[in-house]
Amino acid sequence: MKFLVCISNVPDTTSRITFTDNKAFNASGVQFIINPYDEIALTRALELKEALGGTVTVINVGGATTEPNIRKALAIGADDAIRVNAEPTDAYFVATQIAEAAKKNSYDVILTGRESIDYNGAQVAPMLAELLGLPCVTVATKLDIAGSEATVEREIDGGKEVLSVKTPFVLSAQKGMAEPRIPNMRGIMSARTKPLQVMEPAGDARLTESVYYEQPPAKQAVKLIDPNNVEELVNLLHNEAKII
Amino acid sequence: MSVIVFAENWSGKFKKSTFEAVSYGAETAKMLGASVTAVVIGNVSDEDLKSLGKYGATKVLSVKNDKLNELVPQAYAGIIAQAAQKEGAKAVIISYTYSGKALAGRVAVKLKAGLVAGATALPKSVSPFTVRKKCFSGKGLTDVAVHSDIKTIAITPNSYQVNAGSGEASVESFSPSLTDADFGTITKEVKKTSGKVVLTEAEIVVSAGRGLKGSENWGMVEELAEQLGAATACSKPVADVGWRPHHEHVGQTGITIGPNLYIAIGISGAIQHLAGVSSSKVIVVINSDKEAPFFKAADYGIVGDAFEVVPRLIEAVKKFKASHN
Ligand SMILES: Cc1cc2nc3c(=O)[nH]c(=O)nc-3n(C[C@H](O)[C@H](O)[C@H](O)COP(=O)(O)OP(=O)(O)OC[C@H]3O[C@@H](n4cnc5c(N)ncnc54)[C@H](O)[C@@H]3O)c2cc1C
Ligand SMILES: Nc1ncnc2c1ncn2[C@@H]1O[C@H](COP(=O)(O)O)[C@@H](O)[C@H]1O
Repeated sequence: MKFLVCISNVPDTTSRITFTDNKAFNASGVQFIINPYDEIALTRALELKEALGGTVTVINVGGATTEPNIRKALAIGADDAIRVNAEPTDAYFVATQIAEAAKKNSYDVILTGRESIDYNGAQVAPMLAELLGLPCVTVATKLDIAGSEATVEREIDGGKEVLSVKTPFVLSAQKGMAEPRIPNMRGIMSARTKPLQVMEPAGDARLTESVYYEQPPAKQAVKLIDPNNVEELVNLLHNEAKII
Repeated sequence: MSVIVFAENWSGKFKKSTFEAVSYGAETAKMLGASVTAVVIGNVSDEDLKSLGKYGATKVLSVKNDKLNELVPQAYAGIIAQAAQKEGAKAVIISYTYSGKALAGRVAVKLKAGLVAGATALPKSVSPFTVRKKCFSGKGLTDVAVHSDIKTIAITPNSYQVNAGSGEASVESFSPSLTDADFGTITKEVKKTSGKVVLTEAEIVVSAGRGLKGSENWGMVEELAEQLGAATACSKPVADVGWRPHHEHVGQTGITIGPNLYIAIGISGAIQHLAGVSSSKVIVVINSDKEAPFFKAADYGIVGDAFEVVPRLIEAVKKFKASHN
């Protein structure tokens, strides 16, 4: 079984987010990590590969600065990697690039994270599936495969849904699917020599563009209420905030 | 010229997020000089279909097909795209619910219509067409310009108001062309989470963290939630140790919510927790440590012991309800 796992390179969850002249994200001093949901997807792909046999390839659309995290994915256990050498500014563009690379190899299962924690679109997986004409299960919390049939559980409003889907398909992984692995020494050593292919992008079809950034308005200072007078809180929620 | 709104239903019933999406579509249509056509897939009564006129829909395209009672993303996306083509749509509006997340990207690709996923406000301008959304898990805001001819907007639930007026939409039955290939996923089972109020849809959420010391102390959290008609939530460590079920865990690795009121009890306010709740309209923090970081993100705070404050708050809410009924 051939797995392709899409990994994006995102600021660490504790990063301070600032912008340069409201025009661009200011990456200086920011530590980048593999998007946490993508690590979950990667781990589940590795577990399934170990059980069923096959290969796990990771792909990233990004500049050369993302290579340390691609190597990390190889250290965690992926067999090989592809980097499409382009700035990932638009989900449609990213999905198009991954689709082009995927067409060159027939993958059985393509996994992404539920969403990237930078642009929070949650859209690369469905777009990719549409471009490849494949079914897609989004926000999946469980994935099991027997033969060419997968059983998947996904989150829905107010519960979960169990689905079946045949390979090939696309899936976006939510927490719960696997516990992310930490690379060990052997993995780190072997990652250095695993193949990392760099591809140039196919076309430049971008449909959207972030033209302005700002930080959310600072919160007003908290209004403290005497713990012996909680009626005051109820009053404020009713009269001032008007929510009860 | 039209604006298409996918009007989602759950077992035949619309919810608030549906009306928000139609209201949003109506306002966007005004900006574009267009009218709103809603697309409804499933067994919704004629009366409910017509009622979408109250929120600004002129026309409703109704698709009834027993194979489409559960979400089938490929088929649903195909229907929305076909409706958009038939109506000459300039924009497609989809609520950014779980279903919306499965559909918006597909529709965008079918129509080659640039997508703003998780919009939080009306388009700022229509030429250029820019829409605001959050980024970096709520730590930033960005205006996204859509360059394609048709635009897709997935609007975050609870970020745009419902505008109810009068009026009735005309209802037309719509028969899209579908093939077997559109049915790649087959729903086997739907498991509803117990609990009275669904967390992702709740207007009020009462949440508690490690400060409560043990699962046996959640009675007061549940009672406060019940008094307020709220859903319950928790921090990650609380779910990790099994005091509460995982589907209640909010935050960066859990569920993201944006209720009107979020009450955090005995939660320190770590950045990963805030990432899941920072869209809440009003935040109340109850914590015994006045230095707890959560107070910086709060609108109202009580520095005190939850085991004293929460029971008092329950009584105060009961009194308030008694005097306002
Ligand atoms: C990659 C990553 C992802 C994460 N994702 C999430 C996530 O999605 N969601 C999440 O919640 N966390 C997440 N975390 C964990 C997060 O960093 C915090 O550790 C966690 O939120 C703390 O939970 P807590 O506030 O319940 O517990 P604590 O931090 O232990 O805080 C307990 C609070 O209770 C207060 N308290 C104690 N006794 C009382 C009392 N009697 N009355 C009132 N207050 C009292 C204390 O003053 C303290 O502020 C993540 C961490 C990482 C590294
Ligand atoms: N630049 C990228 N390269 C590879 N995969 C990506 C990239 N951006 C996003 N993805 C994948 O798509 C998922 C959803 O991303 P998004 O649609 O940006 O929220 C991520 O979890 C990744 O798995």
